[in-house]
Amino acid sequence: MALIDLANPARFLALTARILPWLATATVVVFAIGLYLVWFVAPDDYQMGAVVKIMFIHVPNAWLAMGVWAVMCIASIGTLVWRHPLADVAAKAAAPLGAAFTFLALLTGSLWGRPMWGTYWVWDARLTSVLVLFLMYLGVMALWRTVDDPSRAARAAAILTLVGAINLPIIKFSVDWWNTLHQPASLLRMGGPAIHPSILTPLLVMALAFLLLFFTLHLAAMRNEILRRRVRTMWLMQAHAAS
Amino acid sequence: MTPLSALLLRDMRLAIRVGGGALMGVLFFLTVVTLVPFAVGPDLAQLRRIGPAILWIGALLASLLTLDRLLAADHEDGSLDLLLMGTTPLELTVLAKAAAHWITSCLPLVIATPLLGLFLNLEPLAIGAVALTLLVGTPALTCIGLIGAALSVALRRGGLLLPVLVLPLTVPVLIFGVAASNAAVAGPMSFGAPFMVLCALTLGSLVLGPFAAAAALRHGLE
Repeated sequence: MALIDLANPARFLALTARILPWLATATVVVFAIGLYLVWFVAPDDYQMGAVVKIMFIHVPNAWLAMGVWAVMCIASIGTLVWRHPLADVAAKAAAPLGAAFTFLALLTGSLWGRPMWGTYWVWDARLTSVLVLFLMYLGVMALWRTVDDPSRAARAAAILTLVGAINLPIIKFSVDWWNTLHQPASLLRMGGPAIHPSILTPLLVMALAFLLLFFTLHLAAMRNEILRRRVRTMWLMQAHAAS
Repeated sequence: MTPLSALLLRDMRLAIRVGGGALMGVLFFLTVVTLVPFAVGPDLAQLRRIGPAILWIGALLASLLTLDRLLAADHEDGSLDLLLMGTTPLELTVLAKAAAHWITSCLPLVIATPLLGLFLNLEPLAIGAVALTLLVGTPALTCIGLIGAALSVALRRGGLLLPVLVLPLTVPVLIFGVAASNAAVAGPMSFGAPFMVLCALTLGSLVLGPFAAAAALRHGLE
């Protein structure tokens, strides 16, 4: 089966119906392994104690926060170049997921920061640029909701996504620069020279688990969106037939 | 007269004659700057310290004011369709409209900056620095705003959506604008480095803005 066959929404629905249960099962299994490793294998930090466990949730979410925007970018190129409805659906379904992952990254970071820094929020460069990323996710979602016609909304959101992709590195750079200007010694020094394998392995497993979770939720959300559009079309046809 | 200069003059005339034009933005700017001391207190030393930041925030908000009408008014009376059908490249057309918007909405803000700087107890050097950074930085705000205006052109609630879309993208301009203004007065770095980055941001936005806005218009209005 060629990749192009997937572009047919009906084939996509049929294929994802077969894949989704397996993907969901894999997500649950990897999450179980990951959480086991986090709770029973990974050692507590000698400074942070058990609080370091937040990292295994926080870091995968932060990675996905950026990764989902990349997925939206690829989908947006599909929207603008090939004008394919499935690309529209992929971009639309990814936006709330990206916003959710970004929010979780901010939330866990803030909960982690409370015992570590003594405050929920620091205007650290990383936190600030993730906050701007969160605002941009919400902007894209707002644009999706404000434009009535789905295909026009898709193209508007695609342009905004691509403009955002060009701007995000600039924003990241400016915020880093702004931050070093304001507070020379950064509070947050993640990683350091090297991460011990006893921490790195659970972290990577958890990252894989969250990645699988994203794929599962994204495919499910795309299916829902396709079905929602079909229902809408049916309603319109029904209304047309009745009149 | 070329089509572009005709469009520029038409937009400027419309902006000046309809709805108070340039003065409205300046009035808003003045009001925002007047409100800040009520919020942070009348301490002159503090106002002097945060003055450049207040002026930049005020100018940023004031430049957003008329942005939602930039293309929406033309869309409503149908002239935007004529512009889309014209032989002039759409990128240049929207750039001309952005230029008209900058001259009528942002340039008055730059001119009003010295007066408002006096309110905030800024030194002449700081006033000059803020005015210069605003002069260089506001074209970037207009061009970024142009993208938002093009995206929200046909929307009934576009006026509310536009700042939400545009403001996060203006973060770098704000950072380097305020940093260059502060650097001119207090240091610790030289004025040149952030100012150059601000110029670079403006030049980049001058390219990105018209292309993205033209693409948005072509896709949004067919």
